[in-house]
Amino acid sequence: MSTEPQSGTDLESGQAGSPPNPDKGDMVRKEATQGRAASMLIAPSIVVLTIVILYPVVSAVFQSFQKDAGLDSATGLFVAGGFAGIANYTHWILQQCTAGGVSVPCPPGTLGAQFWSSISTTFFFTVVTVILETAIGFGMAVIMARTFRGRGLLRASVLVPWAIPTAVTAKLWFFIFAFEGIANKMFGTSILWTGSENPARAGIIIADVWKTTPFMALLILAGLQIIPADVYEAAKVDGVTAWQRFRHITLPLVKPALLVAVLFRTLDALRMYDLPQIMTGGANNTTTLSILVVQEIRSGNFNSASALSTITFILIFLVALIFVKALGVNAVETTTVSGRGKAK
Amino acid sequence: MTTATATQDTEPGAHVNRKAHNRKRWESRRTYVFAALIAIWCLLPAYWMVVTAFRDVGFTYDATPFFSHVTLDNFRAAFSTDTGNHLARALVNSLIVGIITTFISLMFGIFASYALARLNFRAKYLVLGFILAASMFPGVALVTPLFQLFTDLNWIGTYQALIIPYISFALPLTIYILVSFFREMPWELEEAARIDGCTKSQAFRKIIMPLAAPGVFTTAVLAFITSWNEFLIASQLSNGQTQTVTVAIASFSGSQPHQEPYTAVMAAATIVTIPLVIMVLVFQKQIVAGLTAGAVK
Amino acid sequence: MKRSMKLAPVAMLGAVALVLTACSSSTTGGTATGPAASGLAGRGPITYVQGKDNSNVVKPLVATWNAAHPKEQVTFKEQTDSADQQHDDLVQNFQAKNPNYDVMSVDVIWTAEFAAKGWLQPLKGKQALDTSAMLPSTVKTATYNKVMYAAPVTTDGGILYYRKDLVPTPPKTWDEMMGMCTIAKAKKIGCYAGQFFKYEGLTVNSAEAVNSAGGTILGTDGKATVTSADAKKGLQNLATAYANGNIPKEAITFKEEEGRLAFENGKLMFLRNWPYVYNLAKTDGSSKVKETFAMAPLPGVTGPGASSLGGHNAAISVYSKNKATAADFLKFLTSTAQQKAFVSQGSLAPILTALYDDPALAAKSPYLPVLKTSLENAVPRPVTPFYPAVSKAVQDNAYGAIKGEVPVDKAMANMQKAIQAAGAQ
Repeated sequence: MSTEPQSGTDLESGQAGSPPNPDKGDMVRKEATQGRAASMLIAPSIVVLTIVILYPVVSAVFQSFQKDAGLDSATGLFVAGGFAGIANYTHWILQQCTAGGVSVPCPPGTLGAQFWSSISTTFFFTVVTVILETAIGFGMAVIMARTFRGRGLLRASVLVPWAIPTAVTAKLWFFIFAFEGIANKMFGTSILWTGSENPARAGIIIADVWKTTPFMALLILAGLQIIPADVYEAAKVDGVTAWQRFRHITLPLVKPALLVAVLFRTLDALRMYDLPQIMTGGANNTTTLSILVVQEIRSGNFNSASALSTITFILIFLVALIFVKALGVNAVETTTVSGRGKAK
Repeated sequence: MTTATATQDTEPGAHVNRKAHNRKRWESRRTYVFAALIAIWCLLPAYWMVVTAFRDVGFTYDATPFFSHVTLDNFRAAFSTDTGNHLARALVNSLIVGIITTFISLMFGIFASYALARLNFRAKYLVLGFILAASMFPGVALVTPLFQLFTDLNWIGTYQALIIPYISFALPLTIYILVSFFREMPWELEEAARIDGCTKSQAFRKIIMPLAAPGVFTTAVLAFITSWNEFLIASQLSNGQTQTVTVAIASFSGSQPHQEPYTAVMAAATIVTIPLVIMVLVFQKQIVAGLTAGAVK
Repeated sequence: MKRSMKLAPVAMLGAVALVLTACSSSTTGGTATGPAASGLAGRGPITYVQGKDNSNVVKPLVATWNAAHPKEQVTFKEQTDSADQQHDDLVQNFQAKNPNYDVMSVDVIWTAEFAAKGWLQPLKGKQALDTSAMLPSTVKTATYNKVMYAAPVTTDGGILYYRKDLVPTPPKTWDEMMGMCTIAKAKKIGCYAGQFFKYEGLTVNSAEAVNSAGGTILGTDGKATVTSADAKKGLQNLATAYANGNIPKEAITFKEEEGRLAFENGKLMFLRNWPYVYNLAKTDGSSKVKETFAMAPLPGVTGPGASSLGGHNAAISVYSKNKATAADFLKFLTSTAQQKAFVSQGSLAPILTALYDDPALAAKSPYLPVLKTSLENAVPRPVTPFYPAVSKAVQDNAYGAIKGEVPVDKAMANMQKAIQAAGAQ
């Protein structure tokens, strides 16, 4: 389905074929008018995001170049640290700690020693959960989109996991995965779910997939709704197999919604905090970047935590950038680029 | 949207034969099997939550897989205000905050995504990038600066101290979804309506919005649940008067120090889940309305 | 429109950074002289901030106070039940210099941190407290750098729960206890467990192992001392017991509640836990050991072991405007009548030595005599402003050692280095 070129810039493209000179000025005027309208429409969102997100981000970036308070050995009180340069960043990235005034590699049992392992943990969780959630969510959405008795109930039950607050979900799964919990009892196993790396990670992934798949399913379902039923009917009549229908009709049509869902899910997964924090406390290689940030804040090292937040932000930004470049997740691209391309 | 105007020349009834009929029946059976599997996967852990919610606190860790030692005490404890649990008030708070958040983020989101999908302006990619970037900073690191900002404004313990952050959490996704929906809309219909004498905003409301309904309702559900589930911000920026359900549940405690109040927490979680299930049941028609319904045409 | 424009937010961040840096304020409050010197004689309404009032002790107590002090009313602000949340809430409010957080309940392990940050009012002069009737170890948790910064209000110590039907006389020493494990093995139940999941409880248990074996975590000068032979022996005890099955495999997933559950289900012979287990093991419907368990002090090398201390202190914020009222309220919290309420109503161990010998209280809370021995031999967890980092150094390395992933020698060497790194940023 080609997106019609006139959409988005309908008025302009109507004139695209006319001689360029007279309507160039017109174009500029149009763009100016639309620009004014657009800025009024966008302003409320930008204002809110600036207060809640931009201000903290900027202050974190600023703080990350300050030293954390150090102890004045004479008074036993903390004193402000002063300018740190990039020390907070090298602390994390090179895993350098200071002990007794000298710089040493961070020993096991410090937060600094966990930086790279927490990055790999975070990415591991992200990749696995996003793939599982997308696949299962797609399946759920396809079923939910069908017409059958009781589909309202199915839709409601799919949303149940998501409607339970994450903190409670985590407690619920912690409870389920206890040594004498229902999971071991049901399967007749005696797995120490929180006692070593693989079961702990598996437990967190199961909980996260259970909790968040409905989010994917709902978004994909919304995308499926755009596809008119008669397209399928026509395809069926033409003897197209289910897989071909999926591959050549469903997937391309649902792609924009799907990519938005996957993109946002990825951004969220990269910031995962509650589930591993409550289920394992970060033990057995389940410490994510966000957990590390919180532990650093709780240790009173706000500036070094700010550096870690900033690093996390940059990492996620890069992931998003790759995402957008590679998959073309851009809600407006086709429309506007073609429209503008024509106009130029 | 060329497909939306596809001709409806194929009457399904004309092609029905026995084979197709059988295939249909088989397909519908398969649908039910999958639907049942999905429901079990989604509801089984929730079932365990409900079982625990109805279990005597003295048998908290009893792993009997069906209802046993049934009691309503946990629900009573969850609602009893003399132990300092304010679940009822927290439910009201969560509803207020959630509804306002949903409403405002939808409104802002519709404005912004209309502009992004339909208008031409220079900073479009800047705006899109900025909006996306808002979902990239660790949420855990937002709390302290916001606390300081809202303390200066004397906002701690007000609804806006929760609503404004929640709007900003919901907005990026709202805008991206709506833009992707608006892009697929048959805007020539809007044009047609304007030729018929509608104003631009009338055309938008009467023609485009109904078509975009699945997207709008989906985003509404997403925004509401985002706000309903949020804990970190709420735990720091609310007080007793504006406490939301997540904070209220985190405040539950056992009768003894160190005792985990699982049963009461599960009872509260059960209660908290109900409004959302009702909401989905009420709105599920809208979630799947729109183009498939063909009502607009 | 170029695609590279999507990168523009970075540039925007930079621009706004320049504007906002001017407004950012330093977050540390190193100068104690300023706020700590004001409001000393102030009287008036104050707020008392504490975590969840589990068993409704604080509300009646505040009501009693308010009835007697109509012009100095106390408002009770209840925080959530999570210790981390309580900590974060206090830090946020201290950083915001909130004058409405007058008196706050401070976990013993946060006291030094908050004191060093300059957030707690030193209890000197008019604010001074008489500590002669208090358990000395509890006073230590409230003292940083030789200055008292808080009033001990409730305490908590480790107790050894044991099955008297299996072992008539409880073990006095660790070795004796390990010797009894054959009885548990014959019964096919676990022998000993404490809190060995990787969280604060593991620091408590590791510190007890180290202290009971005669070692220390930090020396008197605040420097790490975990590579001493005694300290190593302490952790080795746990590692050996886990390796030979005296500590059951599942114990590395145990926090307080999982251990209590195993004990109540009759699957453990010895359990190290807090006094709260007593009431629940007696009354829980699912408890199978109601009549068959008893309590003893933790085992040490030759006699009672060294328990770590739990509990909470109450401190006055330097930003409070009514510090005279606040000081009176601290005295009220530590008074005999209120301390009795803490133990009888809330199962919270009192800090007044005399109450442990009160027959009426002991009748209601039979763990008190055992707890007294435990507390008399107790060693506070390291009193250091870097407690979170020190605790992490202990738990991370002890966890690896107990599970047998890292030899005890190496784990202790790492612990030593990590504690050293904790104290310097």
